[in-house]
Amino acid sequence: MLPSQATLLVWLGAQILIGRGVLGGEGQALLEFNRDIRPILSEQCFTCHGFDTHQRKGQLRLDIRDEALHGGKSGKPAIVSGRPESSELVRRLLTTDPEDLMPPPDSGKSLTAAQRETLRRWVAEGAVYQEHWAFLAPKTPVTPAIRSNSWVRNPIDFFTAARMESLGLTPRPEADRMALIRRLALDLTGLPPTPADVETFVADNDSQAYEHLVRRLLDSPHYGERMAIEWLDAARYADTHGYHIDSARDMTAWRDWVIRAFNDNKPFDQFTVEQLAGDLLAKEKSPIAGSRDADLLVASGFNRNHMINYEGGAIPEEYAAAYVHDRVNATATVWLGLTMACAQCHDHKYDPLTMRDYYSFYAFFNNVPENGLDGRNGNAAPVVRLPTENQASELARLSAKLEEWNHRLASPDAEVDAAQSAWETEHKAQGAAAWTPAEVVELKSDQGTEFRRLDDGSYLATGTAPEKEVYTFTIKPALHQITGIRVEALADDSLPSHGPGRHPNGNIGLSDIRVNGTEALKIKSATADFSQADHAVAQAIDGDDSSAWTILPQSGRNHAAVFVLEQPFLPGTNGGPLTVQLMFHSPYVQHEIGRVRVSLTSTPEPREPSGLPDAVREALAKAAGERTEEQRASVRKYYREEVSPVAREWREQQVALRKQRESIEGKIPTAMVMGDMGSMRETHMLNRGQYDQPGAVVTAATPAALPPLPPGEAPNRLGLARWLVSNQQPLTPRVIVNRYWQMYFGQGLVKSAENLGSQGDLPTHPELLDWLAVEFVRSGWNVKHIQELIVTSATYRQSSAAPREQVVADPENRLLARGPRVRLGAEFIRDMAMSVSGLLNPRIGGESVLPYQPSGLWEELMSREDNDAFTAQKYSQDHGEKLYRRTMYTFVKRTAVHPSLATFDAPDRQVCTVRRPRTNTPLQALALMNDPTYVEASRVLGERLLASSTDDVARVETAFRLVLARAPKAAELAIVRRLLEEQRSHFGTKPEAADKLLRVGERPVGSGVNPAELAAWTVVASTLLNLDEAITKG
Amino acid sequence: MNLNTAYQTMQTRRHFFGRLGGGIGSVALASLMEPKLFGTNTGVGVGGHLTGLHHTPKAKRVIYLFQSGGPSHIDLIDYKPALRAHHGEDLPASIRMGQRLTGMTSGQSKFPCVAPMFEWKQHGKSGLWLSELLPHVGGVADQLCVVKSMWTEAINHDPAVTYIQTGSQQAGRPALGSWLSYGIGSENEQMPAFVVMISQGSGNKTDQPLSTRYWGNGFLPGEHQGVRFRSSGDPVLYLSDPAGIDRPTRRQMLNALDELNQLTADQVGDPEVNARIAQYEMAFRMQASVPELTDLSGEPRHVLESYGVTDAPTDGGYARNCLLARRMIERGVRFVQLMHRGWDQHNALPKQIRGQAGDVDRPTAALIADLKQRGLLEDTLVIWGGEFGRTVYSQGALTKDDYGRDHHGRCFSILMAGAGINAGTTYGSSDDFCYNIVENPVHIHDFNATVLHLLGIDHKRLTYKFQGRNFRLTDVHGEVVKGLMA
Repeated sequence: MLPSQATLLVWLGAQILIGRGVLGGEGQALLEFNRDIRPILSEQCFTCHGFDTHQRKGQLRLDIRDEALHGGKSGKPAIVSGRPESSELVRRLLTTDPEDLMPPPDSGKSLTAAQRETLRRWVAEGAVYQEHWAFLAPKTPVTPAIRSNSWVRNPIDFFTAARMESLGLTPRPEADRMALIRRLALDLTGLPPTPADVETFVADNDSQAYEHLVRRLLDSPHYGERMAIEWLDAARYADTHGYHIDSARDMTAWRDWVIRAFNDNKPFDQFTVEQLAGDLLAKEKSPIAGSRDADLLVASGFNRNHMINYEGGAIPEEYAAAYVHDRVNATATVWLGLTMACAQCHDHKYDPLTMRDYYSFYAFFNNVPENGLDGRNGNAAPVVRLPTENQASELARLSAKLEEWNHRLASPDAEVDAAQSAWETEHKAQGAAAWTPAEVVELKSDQGTEFRRLDDGSYLATGTAPEKEVYTFTIKPALHQITGIRVEALADDSLPSHGPGRHPNGNIGLSDIRVNGTEALKIKSATADFSQADHAVAQAIDGDDSSAWTILPQSGRNHAAVFVLEQPFLPGTNGGPLTVQLMFHSPYVQHEIGRVRVSLTSTPEPREPSGLPDAVREALAKAAGERTEEQRASVRKYYREEVSPVAREWREQQVALRKQRESIEGKIPTAMVMGDMGSMRETHMLNRGQYDQPGAVVTAATPAALPPLPPGEAPNRLGLARWLVSNQQPLTPRVIVNRYWQMYFGQGLVKSAENLGSQGDLPTHPELLDWLAVEFVRSGWNVKHIQELIVTSATYRQSSAAPREQVVADPENRLLARGPRVRLGAEFIRDMAMSVSGLLNPRIGGESVLPYQPSGLWEELMSREDNDAFTAQKYSQDHGEKLYRRTMYTFVKRTAVHPSLATFDAPDRQVCTVRRPRTNTPLQALALMNDPTYVEASRVLGERLLASSTDDVARVETAFRLVLARAPKAAELAIVRRLLEEQRSHFGTKPEAADKLLRVGERPVGSGVNPAELAAWTVVASTLLNLDEAITKG
Repeated sequence: MNLNTAYQTMQTRRHFFGRLGGGIGSVALASLMEPKLFGTNTGVGVGGHLTGLHHTPKAKRVIYLFQSGGPSHIDLIDYKPALRAHHGEDLPASIRMGQRLTGMTSGQSKFPCVAPMFEWKQHGKSGLWLSELLPHVGGVADQLCVVKSMWTEAINHDPAVTYIQTGSQQAGRPALGSWLSYGIGSENEQMPAFVVMISQGSGNKTDQPLSTRYWGNGFLPGEHQGVRFRSSGDPVLYLSDPAGIDRPTRRQMLNALDELNQLTADQVGDPEVNARIAQYEMAFRMQASVPELTDLSGEPRHVLESYGVTDAPTDGGYARNCLLARRMIERGVRFVQLMHRGWDQHNALPKQIRGQAGDVDRPTAALIADLKQRGLLEDTLVIWGGEFGRTVYSQGALTKDDYGRDHHGRCFSILMAGAGINAGTTYGSSDDFCYNIVENPVHIHDFNATVLHLLGIDHKRLTYKFQGRNFRLTDVHGEVVKGLMA
């Protein structure tokens, strides 16, 4: 029986929320706690009389029946079952005394008369409580009996039909095939069907034609893209770090992983475990770090997608904590449908989640070896390196070649070895000067350089490197005569570029050396192991401050220069100490020697043919036969790398190969991943959620109101992930199937998809939700199976058209008595326009792209003089095929999301989002009419139409088939033809206008097209792309 | 809530300009709906969700001149002649009290106090002291309520701006303007409730970036996001028709589009289609009304000169934005927010602040005077202020004529003018170092509660349920500051 139209509205409205019920004592359906009472108590009373012990007033709690019957501080029972007149609760609700009234007037809360009456009646009916539905394990509900079985196609339909029957509603007829294929294609791939697809499907006489189509679409590689978008919102995926400067990161490998996982139909339990703990799983599978499955590491990036700060002045600990909070909130929302965030600062007011629960959950995610402020540029540690195939093979090739050269350099070679022997002999003959490290009495600097003496007698300069400097050594002359002075400039890891100089490039610049100050001893000659081109060591004894001995490009190595005195210094005769001054006065600033050692010799005519490393020098001092194996190797290595012209060529090959390898390695893409520090970091509860106010220590655990980790599971992320998809835990399967339902019908069976807790909405079809949840687990968490079930149901296949009264009575289609009609998501609107025009580049996965965007949008927000030090500060639009990639690949900059996407309700991905709003605004109209993306798509679609036929009617038909997957009706044809004629005559007389219009967008106009004609068809195509039906799945 | 009201809620939630109506064929639908009045009798405008204001408002609209980066209250507003005596001395530990410092100065070994290197003068009947950097603002001194006791916990830009704008240091919540758009909507259905305009001052050219989050809708529906009006290109994105499409052509296209959509509406019964028809019509009207708004050619020369609007501005467009703000509120925009960058003066402050204050001094004063002269200041609230103040001690070396100042949230100053405020007064005070508040602290939550109060809104009752919790701008805090209201 259908009620009369006049009462339909009110009546249906009441039914949606009330549903079926058993008649109670007062002649009305009995009230049900979860449906009728909890929402009122939760909204109005639990803040002060609920779960949160700290906020509880009057020692009264109303969320537990025994406590309510017992009453609070006043000693009066709040509820006397069956006797509202004796119940303090009822009295306080109904009193006119503002002192006594509940909720207190100043709380901002108040009950409606109907709510008061509901509570009164509930007490009269016996005040029956129920545990919150979502915390009870879903049981397979018996499919309800219905009067007419002919309509149902699968178990889903029993539940929706039963509800409809109970309200006297009948389902809408099945949509026609054209509508069905468009709906299916958009729902399962996010792309409209081609006219050929439509034609094939319409003509398919097979009784399973629909099911075949569903399977075909589920197997499309675009299915994974479609499913991924919802997941990217939930995972707060973005291409920038989100805070402050908001520079770029690269998580595209993770995005590709998600698309692949959906396409491979990875079971949801595995999908979960890999994303929450892929790193730990990889470790479990393979203890050796280098051999771990990179895919698993990439998957674990789910919880690295949060924003990462680097703002100068921010405090690292504060942000390290913010990231963990974000992980807790995202994980709890995505899998549990709970608002854990509420328990960050205090016990949850509505759900059984304590602050201790929150921080016990927090402990699972508090163990990542990350830096608090690491969002400057690029990916933040920890990361996994992901060489492309080309890079991997090139690296392998280079490594093999490098190995050859390494081998050659280390192996005997008759020619080179003979030369080495000769060199050794010559070295002995020439340089066998005996050098004694100078006994330094004092070392002073003119400009405040400070020195630290090292064990080998060298001095390391510290503090700020001055522009110019003089080192003055006062030396006790311990030899009988001094013929020469050696100055060594030694490499050191503490120096810039490893030294030996203090300049950032490691260079030195000895402008002069003076021995014994004003009455300087003359220096006869200078030799050095190495001098930079045009900066020979002789420039250190030429008395010219503007020239100096320098050593580039050989920074990072030891060098030495020997200065021979014209007359030996004889301590006995000359007396006093010896002073040696090293002057760094050249125009090359900060070129002081960073680590310096001065030695003296008494050997006549000393020379320093090479700044031999100590080890080599010691080895050479011994006879060849007496050297250790190590010493032999070091002499050979030194000779071959530094002396032998032949081996030096080998060496150059080796260096070149290394450089090539480094260059490739620098370009290897990475992805941010999770990691665990060796031992668990201690987690404290944080008072008021503040990072700098640690409280009691907690250990990782699941919330007390939910089942504990299964025995044998480690209390880490891996254990938690397995727990989330274990059979014991009632929330995950409900939360997930509810979001799947939302994808098809525009909203979930529980409307508040982000919250299944007591403040969330109640399910419209609780048994259906449970049935789907149980079926999901039973099927082995088979994701495609659930999609298939939903879209093959008769419920889904209904026509979305309905009498206006019915739509107005149930605008959100909560009774499911018609098919879904939902505006497309932001990405799919643009994909649709590019697809029907033929512009779409269907390539799947890979890098993010920068399509058309009004100029200056980023720059206005973040232009700085130092912009070039960061990434993603200036919008540098892509060209060519990148302009036409699917919209899910559009670069997501969190502080400035692409305006066309934001206008169509795409989130900014700053935080986890599991439900997008759907608005309908004039800004959307402006974008669809005027954004060059759509103007270009209209023009290219126009070209396609012009080429399709010479007949206008046929062209309009093609346009409708492309955009709407159906033929136009006569009235529509007439409207479109009128528009076409108007535009033809307009552009026919305004060729310059046509010309301008056709120039929008970078895709060139095909040759031989009449501009006025194409302009007219561009307007027609634009009109179709702007249709409500075009941007709606109906 | 029955379905009828559920439906209305759904409809009225669409805004900027989202109300259903006016479009072809919506008559039949309108008859199904209880008429919703958007009259001034409720004080709630187009798209607003409150059924009525909570009390009689003092202000109907707000112009918020946000000074991004943290202006130095010490060098501009908070006059401390006694600070001279401490110039160059280390900040006493008794003043610093272990206060958390940013990573930029926490490593300094010395914290030398800096007295401003500017002259100070008294202005108006109230005798308000202002530094020489704000001579024009001095001219409207008697219209101002100066709050010298603002404070925030945040000490870095991103969290601090997010905090003062949204009530939370972390992303995800709606901005003040979005809350107003959601709560009381626009006064004109052809104008957005919440507009944002951006300018870069001549102070610090490596100033902090802005994020759309600062005027974001958070968890509120997208139409409550601040609409950015731009000074180059289309003032509103995608406002202009593409090259080659003239107005008659657009009209013809829309006629066809409306007719085709109406056929769909008739067939599928979905009121969304009618709503879309109405939105296209609204878009068409905006294409005329927005350029009219941003066209300053009708403004008399003396007005342009008083604001300092010139053809080659050095202020990044601040003066022009001030004048546009007036034109917007004249047309019913509820909340106009200017975001003026350049105040983050960590070094070379004396030079930078001269330029930066020079950008804003004349236009700010001109706006207040202009509103006053037009009778608009009576019900328009004007706010001038940033996300925090700056430290009394120098960041980096203090020399004879140069210093810098780091961020300081513990105490800073803002200016208010117009509707409902106690003009010609000062509220709250700081110690001799402008470092700690000694009287009447105003936390940013208190400040936001007060702004809502002036608009007739109880900050505890403008809420939105998200993730099962009723959120509000002031989180669980905020006290209306009676002392700064008339």
